[in-house]
Amino acid sequence: MRVFGLNGRIIRALLGSQYATMLEYRAEIALWALSGLLPFIMLSLWSGSAARADLGLDGAALDRYFLSAFLVRQFSVVWVVYAFEEDALLGRLSPYLLQPLHPLWRYVAAHLGEQLTRLPFAVAIAAAFFVIQPQAFWIPSIGDVLLAWAATWMAFAIAFLLQSLIAALCFWSEKASALERLLFIPFLFLSGLLAPLTAFPPATRHAVQWTPFPYLIDFPARLLAGESVNLAAGFGAQLAWVLLLLPVVLWLWRAGVRRYSAMGA
Amino acid sequence: MRRYWRSLRRFWGTAFATQLEYQANVVIELVAVALSLSGSLLLLSLFFGPGRALGGWTWHQALVVQGFYTVFDGMATTWLRPNLGSIVTHVREGTLDFVLLKPIDSQFWLSLRTLAPAGLPEMVLGMGLAAWGAHQSGVVLTAAMAITVVAMLMVAALILYSLWFLIAATSIWFVKTWNATEVLRALLASGRYPLEAYPAPLRVLFTLVLPVAFLTTVPAEVVLGKASTPLLATGVGLAAVFFTAARSFWIFALRHYTSASS
Repeated sequence: MRVFGLNGRIIRALLGSQYATMLEYRAEIALWALSGLLPFIMLSLWSGSAARADLGLDGAALDRYFLSAFLVRQFSVVWVVYAFEEDALLGRLSPYLLQPLHPLWRYVAAHLGEQLTRLPFAVAIAAAFFVIQPQAFWIPSIGDVLLAWAATWMAFAIAFLLQSLIAALCFWSEKASALERLLFIPFLFLSGLLAPLTAFPPATRHAVQWTPFPYLIDFPARLLAGESVNLAAGFGAQLAWVLLLLPVVLWLWRAGVRRYSAMGA
Repeated sequence: MRRYWRSLRRFWGTAFATQLEYQANVVIELVAVALSLSGSLLLLSLFFGPGRALGGWTWHQALVVQGFYTVFDGMATTWLRPNLGSIVTHVREGTLDFVLLKPIDSQFWLSLRTLAPAGLPEMVLGMGLAAWGAHQSGVVLTAAMAITVVAMLMVAALILYSLWFLIAATSIWFVKTWNATEVLRALLASGRYPLEAYPAPLRVLFTLVLPVAFLTTVPAEVVLGKASTPLLATGVGLAAVFFTAARSFWIFALRHYTSASS
């Protein structure tokens, strides 16, 4: 039996092969993990600044927030638009389209394989952080970890769908990845990666709640850091964004494939 | 010398001609620059409020730092990323052989072969922001100061180029690590804020090991009349050290280059 074109054997084969591929690139992935150090730089700025008092994160809570933001980011990084653009330009997409499996599943598996490869590096960076900041050490409760894990997966799903939307535009334009920058910039500033959302003025904060960005970093990070959050509102918004984006992506994809004529044809 | 000058003019002429083929990208680029700058300003404003300062810097003074950061970000887009980013591709695909065979210095060719005008609006905006911040902080421009600022910006550009080139040159050994410069870029983002806003250990790191301080904070201090002569001398010395290191590292790396598939 196949659900959405998947069954146990296909999942195992996809994940196994993609994980093996990603392990080959572990040096690169370690560097990607290192290039995510920005939250720690921002932490050092925030902890020394006078504006810290407005954040509502006292003492070690601020350290924990930024460490959690780093971890959530590590496991919700999405690069499907770049992989897809290369596959479309080099003609690798054509054989994928012939297979009785939605090509997006292949990219999902590649991302999960990469996350698994990233895990040891992310753990090592977190460990190094605790050595430097021992007072920030905490063991989150099992419940918090499970909830944060679920929220990070939902964040990954939203980010993946958003980028697939841009990737599907590659069927119409060869340089759709340039549009990805326009999505990344608001993500960078409004997701909570560089400043907790509580730092924003109330009007900005209120407006940002209606974008998908705070649910990509801020919400899962607060869960992991053990802050009190509105669970129903957070998960509800995440689910709403997935339900909103999924049909659009699938529709755009179908329309694109109908238009697709392989490079050089 | 004249040959180098003539080559350079040809390099950049063809680069601009190529870019004119992609006019739609210009619009996206302009929107991205506008978004990015407003995001940076929003983030910076979060640190300020009535009567608040960041590491002893007022809002307008911090704008000068932010402005210089924007200039260097634009410079990286225009000059460093398109040129030094392709070193890895040359090594991986074996086309570095063709570069080495040309009767021109290979470091010169690799460093100045092309230009991406996409970063130019960012550089202009950054300069404008720095000038406005300086004006609002009550700075009066004098000839001596202008010369010092330009000199310090050139020192900063030389430091940034040398660091970037050093990392890009390691691809002679580690072909696959094309994203090593991404780590550098992430760390350079710390230059958006005045050095004094960071805790002491990071300040040492950003001054001597990874001299981000000389990119943005020091030129801003020159503008605001806070810079001391020993600090400027350190900057010039560091630039000389980093450039010599980049140059000798490249010569050393070429001795280990064995071309692709050999």
